[in-house]
Amino acid sequence: MTDEPLLRVTALSKYYGSRIGCEDISFDLWPGEVLAVVGESGSGKTTLLNCLATRLLPTSGTASYRMRDNQWRDLYRMSEAERRFLMRTDWGFVHQNPADGLRMTVSAGANVGERLMAIGDRHYGNIRSTAVDWLGRVEIDEERIDDEPRAFSGGMRQRLQIARNLVTGPRLVFMDEPTGGLDVSVQARLLDLLRGLVTDLGLAAIVVTHDLAVARLLSQRMMVMKDGHVVEAGLTDRVLDDPRAPYTQLLVSSILQV
Amino acid sequence: MSEIATYNFAYLDEQTKRMIRRAILKGIAIPGYQVPFASREMPMPYGWGTGGVQVTAAIIGPDDVLKVIDQGADDTTNAVSIRAFFRKVADVAVTTETAKATIIQTRHRIPEHPLTAGQTLVYQVPIPEPLRFLEPRETETRKMHALEEYGLMHVKLYEDIARHGRIATTYAYPVKVEGRYVMDPSPTPKFDNPKMHMSPALQLFGAGREKRIYAVPPFTRVVSLDFEDHPFEIQTFDQPCALCGAEQVYLDEVILDDKGGHMFVCSDTDHCEKRQACGHRGHLAPAALEPAQ
Repeated sequence: MTDEPLLRVTALSKYYGSRIGCEDISFDLWPGEVLAVVGESGSGKTTLLNCLATRLLPTSGTASYRMRDNQWRDLYRMSEAERRFLMRTDWGFVHQNPADGLRMTVSAGANVGERLMAIGDRHYGNIRSTAVDWLGRVEIDEERIDDEPRAFSGGMRQRLQIARNLVTGPRLVFMDEPTGGLDVSVQARLLDLLRGLVTDLGLAAIVVTHDLAVARLLSQRMMVMKDGHVVEAGLTDRVLDDPRAPYTQLLVSSILQV
Repeated sequence: MSEIATYNFAYLDEQTKRMIRRAILKGIAIPGYQVPFASREMPMPYGWGTGGVQVTAAIIGPDDVLKVIDQGADDTTNAVSIRAFFRKVADVAVTTETAKATIIQTRHRIPEHPLTAGQTLVYQVPIPEPLRFLEPRETETRKMHALEEYGLMHVKLYEDIARHGRIATTYAYPVKVEGRYVMDPSPTPKFDNPKMHMSPALQLFGAGREKRIYAVPPFTRVVSLDFEDHPFEIQTFDQPCALCGAEQVYLDEVILDDKGGHMFVCSDTDHCEKRQACGHRGHLAPAALEPAQ
């Protein structure tokens, strides 16, 4: 662990006209740390994630990222070429719907290999063996390497999307409801897998979810959002076991007990 | 000649030709870059070479000698009608001989006879965007060209090898021009790709429906994309041309009867006829053409 954060967010706000997307968000993300952003639908958590992943331009505020050479760069002042390069090498983005993050018409192997080819790998054998290795790590049978993701189940697609993002060894991964739309047993398996990968690779991640169980399992720290503001932030266990803000208390107490 | 008087020289009006020439000049200045242009309606359907015809119309002069080929042949419908079109609207000399032509409009082939400096090859292009079938968004493909993000092109080649064990793309094989832009060489067989590299002739590409013009200036590096462990290869044929006996040329399969009979002949008809006139014979050459011994 270094003594410097990986991502520094200061007073980030995004307005859609006069409506608030998210307002005055500040936090630091440290290497290897998983931060969960929870809140109800419309609370601004996806807006925040999209701003951080430079998919949206915030109205005000800054976000700086420490590049691999330890240089700090303002994300919103980088050239588009640099930003896109960062997004396909040092970052990953796991969409809620795997079809948004995968190329559905090319094989699983090519999906995993695309990032390698994008950074200049031109050796078919190496690309393929890396793809086989990654499919194994996300528990997809090697035999399925030449199948299109269209032939995969929802859980497999999500695991393939994760493999595709992690193949270049990113340091920061954004996840937007990574377990949304999956049934409970598949969710559990995916979470287990994600937790293993995040720990093994020392990934930093920002996970947006409305599912407190996902936050509990994956993250060390969490932020609770409501109406575009952070109402509470802290260590995940502390926030969930001893919620202070009234809204967090409501959220925690509204979990269905079986 | 009264009907010619109803057309401007080479059909298009002068303003349109200037517009197309500007696009061509820009294309030549940025080899492989697709220049948008205001493609006009032509008196033929899209898909019949309206892009190539507009490029030819913009560059042709009264002293030019025009050759038009379709699949390498001078005598197919498309070639005959485009040749007739320019004879009518520009009153230019036409030829079937590669060496005598100053402008060669082509669909699918680069002539076997080596091109020389001063000649211009005009390609009719159906889909100018090499990334199109992998990335349907035009905004995105333009950005990818601008930022030189060409990893996706190799995804296509990867898929080929994964499915067929080798790069199975045989035509419209992507090339990198002068180390910068990835370009679709139009539906020419990959057999012809090496001929584009350092060609002394000017190569112009016109896509009428897609409204794009691009160019490869003379003596420009044109490299076919490949993998280190699956290098680019051209097609090979295990028999010579059945009519002229030529080897190392591109052959078409011609069906002879409904009992499975077939032969392979040169796709470049001019090349084949020239060789036969010089006395070369393949195993199916008509006896009547045998030179008197």
